Amino acid sequence: MKHILSVLVENKPGVLARVSGLFSRRGFNIDSLAVGPTEDADISRMTIVVDADDVKLEQITKQLYKLINILKISDLDPSDAVERELVLIKVNAPPNMRPEIVETANIFRANIIDVSKSTLTIEITGTSNKIQALEDLLRPYGIKELVRTGKVALARGKLAEA
Amino acid sequence: MRITGAEALIKSLEMEGVDVIFGYPGGVVLPIYDALYYTKKIRHILVRHEQVAGHAADAYARVTGKPGVCLVTSGPGATNVVTAIANAFMDSVPIVVITGQVATHVLGTDAFQEADITGITLPITKHNYLIKDANQLPLIVRQAFQLAVSGRPGPVLIDIPVDISKAEIDFDYPSDFTIPGYKPTYKGHAKQIKEAAKMIAAAQKPIIYAGGGIIKSQAWDELKELVELLQVPVTTTLMGKGAFPDEHPLSLRMLGMHGTRYANYAIMDSDLILAVGVRFDDRVTGKVSTFAPHAKIIHIDIDPAEIGKNVAVDVPIVGDLKVVLGDLVAAVKKIGEPHADKTRWHELIAGWKEKYPLHYHQNGEIRPEYVVEKISELSKDMDTIVATGVGQNQMWAAQFYSANKPRSFVSSGGLGTMGFGLPAAIGAQVGRPDALVFDIDGDGSFQMVSQDLATVAANKLPIVIAILNNGYLGMVRQWQELFYDKRYSQVDLAVGTPDFVKLADAYGIKGVRVTEVADVEKVLKQAIEDREPILIDFVIAREENVFPMVAPGASIDEMLGGIPGASLSQMIDEGEE
Repeated sequence: MKHILSVLVENKPGVLARVSGLFSRRGFNIDSLAVGPTEDADISRMTIVVDADDVKLEQITKQLYKLINILKISDLDPSDAVERELVLIKVNAPPNMRPEIVETANIFRANIIDVSKSTLTIEITGTSNKIQALEDLLRPYGIKELVRTGKVALARGKLAEA
Repeated sequence: MRITGAEALIKSLEMEGVDVIFGYPGGVVLPIYDALYYTKKIRHILVRHEQVAGHAADAYARVTGKPGVCLVTSGPGATNVVTAIANAFMDSVPIVVITGQVATHVLGTDAFQEADITGITLPITKHNYLIKDANQLPLIVRQAFQLAVSGRPGPVLIDIPVDISKAEIDFDYPSDFTIPGYKPTYKGHAKQIKEAAKMIAAAQKPIIYAGGGIIKSQAWDELKELVELLQVPVTTTLMGKGAFPDEHPLSLRMLGMHGTRYANYAIMDSDLILAVGVRFDDRVTGKVSTFAPHAKIIHIDIDPAEIGKNVAVDVPIVGDLKVVLGDLVAAVKKIGEPHADKTRWHELIAGWKEKYPLHYHQNGEIRPEYVVEKISELSKDMDTIVATGVGQNQMWAAQFYSANKPRSFVSSGGLGTMGFGLPAAIGAQVGRPDALVFDIDGDGSFQMVSQDLATVAANKLPIVIAILNNGYLGMVRQWQELFYDKRYSQVDLAVGTPDFVKLADAYGIKGVRVTEVADVEKVLKQAIEDREPILIDFVIAREENVFPMVAPGASIDEMLGGIPGASLSQMIDEGEE
């Protein structure tokens, strides 16, 4: 089962290596990992998507906590969290195909961020399902390159906080 | 006060109460060795190989309870200490390893003697630091020591570039500091402790499975009190040897692959296991799926990640054993009498002990078990420490040496590092100068580190080095005999092994060869009396095996050997449960 771990870490050199090294040597699989600073410059947030059963997830969490630079780990409940991923897709777009590709992108509220003679580069943000759907629709035109940020997520704000 | 980084390091070590450093100098640690030149508070033990410095610091920590410190140069100096760091990590030993590093402005350029030692030791340190700002040095040293000794102890490495050692800073040793992401749990969950107390008081066939954690948290008195209060039999792991007296009537001695038959039968037949300071290692559990099928398991450990890692646990308790066992004793007392009747359980165990004692067959050749037994007997009433190599020598030592006190048995458990014995004996003797220290070693293990006889000689360390010399890599040969149809591939060391007596002599150390059973006791007695460095080369029966033995992957009650009077072909005793 997929879990989204939101991990607060000290913003120190080597922390990413410590985390990724832990996953590889203990044989835990990472689906995606995204990292960047938080509102506090000394602290970074890693969003790690792992595929693990409950026993394995518990072991992953406990082992992560043993890393001295790890401050807090939350296993985000998908029904109580917002998640997004950003993807850039460079797709073949000969002039005769262009209008229908642009139209498809518009339906997904995706942006065209680069145009060349034969390609369009599309930016899309959203959940995995939405991104997958657009990717499937664009594939017949020929996807030349694709890059994803990996999932980032936050727990939803409590109503009281609103 | 403006002082250099190197001086700040030495001052910081002094502030931490460090009185001994094991080390080996080199290019980028010259400023540190220069600062060391002026200190009167720290003794430096110069070894002959950095691995020895690491292991000696490790053993020093094990026998004193204080963190061990070693100091080596960058590149090859640092990589040579990697095995020792891995060893300390696997056995949770608090050591602080200080490595020199090339100057910060050439870091990452493959400079002369540069190695990314923080990268290399990432998976085998509790934490490590590369100092890039000299002003951070005192704080980092402070944190390193705190991390090494607290929670689940372990090795911490500090990598110090040479320009940091030379830089001038205002020295101020931090008294107040925090490590934000580090909060070990010391006190156990009250409700869980109450539940554990109820279970153990009610159990009819309980067993305590105790490990190195007892020694680390100094919980041996609490353990003994609990054991005697409830009359629960105790088995110890290799790391836990000494946590509970081997000769106590309730001791089942060691369990697992080369454990006693009675310990293995008892844990397999038990209805409750109280696991304290252990990690259910594969050498203990054998085949996990058939391990202790009738038992509920209470697992107490300071490291939450160990709980539920290898076996499912019914009552997990995270905390420091001294605190938790103290609370558990109080909770058991509160429940009051009567506890479950364990008469039948004790009878059953007594029967196994009677039928399957640890034993060996005397037939004229020197039996290694006999040598160890004699060491145990002759040193019984003294403050004794036994260090071991790895392999058959280690298992014979574990089986036939009776450790009745904590911090008296020093062995490489998790990593199984051949060559650990001599450096461990050096570290132990330096840490406890008045103790009688043995290195029970194998000819293979010993040859991995024999150059450090020089350290023994130079420091006049009165270690009794007892080599159980069978001219083989004995444990590998044993496996080849039992599981590879006696195809003895690359295990015969007889040709090429030096004359150990002459080798000792070359270092100015007394050497004695013993080839007759009748001389074993005499030579050992003399060595104990003399209290000077001595190497005794015991020429033992070449193909003696360590029994009993659980075949790899087998259930731990399916043991080979260890039945008095049985031939090898009859050694599997299928009837027992």
